Amino acid sequence: MDQLINIAYIVASVLFIFGIKMLGSADTARRGNQISALGMLLAVIATLLAGGFDWTWIIAGLVVGGVIGGVWAQKVQMTGMPELVALFNGFGGIASLLVGWAEEAHYLGEGKMPAVTSVAVALAILIGGITFTGSVIAYLKLSGKMSGSATVFAGQKAINALILVAILVLSGVFVASGQVWALYAIIGLSLLLGVLGVLPIGGGDMPVVIAFLNSCSGLAASAAGFVINNNVLIVAGCLVGASGLILTVIMCKAMNRTVSNVFFGSFGAATGKTGAQVEGEMKAISVEDAFYVLEAAQSVVFVPGYGMAVAQAQHAVKELGQILEKNGAEVRFAIHPVAGRMPGHMNVLLAEADVPYEQLCEMDDVNPIMSTVDVAIVIGANDVVNPAAAEDESSPIYGMPIINVHEARTVFALKRGQGAGFSGLVNTLFFRENCRMIYGDAKQTMTDLVAQFKD
Amino acid sequence: MDIVLLLFIFVLAAFLGFELIQKVPSQLHTPLMSGSNAISGITIVGALIAAGNVEGGLGQWLGFAALVLATINVVGGYLVTDRMLGMFKKKGK
Repeated sequence: MDQLINIAYIVASVLFIFGIKMLGSADTARRGNQISALGMLLAVIATLLAGGFDWTWIIAGLVVGGVIGGVWAQKVQMTGMPELVALFNGFGGIASLLVGWAEEAHYLGEGKMPAVTSVAVALAILIGGITFTGSVIAYLKLSGKMSGSATVFAGQKAINALILVAILVLSGVFVASGQVWALYAIIGLSLLLGVLGVLPIGGGDMPVVIAFLNSCSGLAASAAGFVINNNVLIVAGCLVGASGLILTVIMCKAMNRTVSNVFFGSFGAATGKTGAQVEGEMKAISVEDAFYVLEAAQSVVFVPGYGMAVAQAQHAVKELGQILEKNGAEVRFAIHPVAGRMPGHMNVLLAEADVPYEQLCEMDDVNPIMSTVDVAIVIGANDVVNPAAAEDESSPIYGMPIINVHEARTVFALKRGQGAGFSGLVNTLFFRENCRMIYGDAKQTMTDLVAQFKD
Repeated sequence: MDIVLLLFIFVLAAFLGFELIQKVPSQLHTPLMSGSNAISGITIVGALIAAGNVEGGLGQWLGFAALVLATINVVGGYLVTDRMLGMFKKKGK
């Protein structure tokens, strides 16, 4: 039986590998997800084949978790996706922590654990704990239940470093002596470290944090695999760890920052740079005048940002896009890799609104043609279209790749008020000659523009 | 199982993971993340073993909690990814 189970685990691992591979391309992504789900089912069935279980607990756990997860997945709004992914991530992390802890609890009375197993237990608890509380904080920030801005206090880094050292020392004590109190202390401190680690990271850096926590949840599962000597956990967890790490790096590159800069340097504070002062004023335009410009436009690019998600404007945006197309204009959506609050956030929202796949352009594809664009409409995006990133060497975001909307003939910037973006920087785009501001709620503005076309 | 053998598997899986996902178009970042997040729920296997342990006690309670949370992660993660990809698929067809 043992051999059969292990063979099933190998098959499950292969299914995960194919699943992840297929998730990387648009045509096969859905199939890939289903294949990986099949692998998971196989792994669960194979585990249960061993028999000798207390079935009441197993069935109860599967039913309760399955119903909660199923209902949640059906009910969530697409705008709520970042926080949901964060939360699920956290659940995976805490589950790995509990698996490590449970193994220790079962060991009590049977003498001391082997050193290798206790190291793995400590690791599963450390990584799982950080993943859990870190994800919960990310969830609270993303869902607006907590201020999204960076919470910074004096000595923050020193305290975090101290906690990490304490965890390492306690892990040494635990491995050497098998003392349970050391384990409890590690659990508590790991959970605390997750909270303190994510608190100082602001909303705009969330894509990096979510990708990183995703990687951690995989590594925690992998560590749990070392605890129970199970190779499917090790393989699957490690695959997720690697993919999460790649995404983290991609996100950092898109912001021209290093991973350590995101986690240890609260934005702007570290560099002390503020950027050059801007001269001139922001010029507003009425919806009616904007309509006349749009009516004559041959080529229009929408640049959505987090503001579109907040205003839930994606459906109205898509409607305007359709009307402009009917009016003879070429319509594109230019999406910056870190627009929004998680990797690919804008793509999900626009897909929900049924924007054709072909109209979604990546930054590098749209920038070369930007000078031929008649109107660029910036919807609640800010730092990702700030020309200072390309031109002003004293700006803290200098070097970050941006969508060059300032090269378009006309730019409309939809904005709630005159405030700055996540980075707190003044956006020099808004002061340009070719830029006009349309103040107000993005969804309302879109709807008004659509109404103008219909009249 | 021999720890060296397990480490061997771990290292190979890491390299495989990096190779698999080098070039992913950015519109797939979210589904990739939420799909791989569901895979990280593989810890459900460890939770099953801990929750089904006939010895009972604290370990079983912990295992049960782990099982519920891991199942939410797995079931919710796969379903939500499928829902998202379903919206992507409608395009241009």
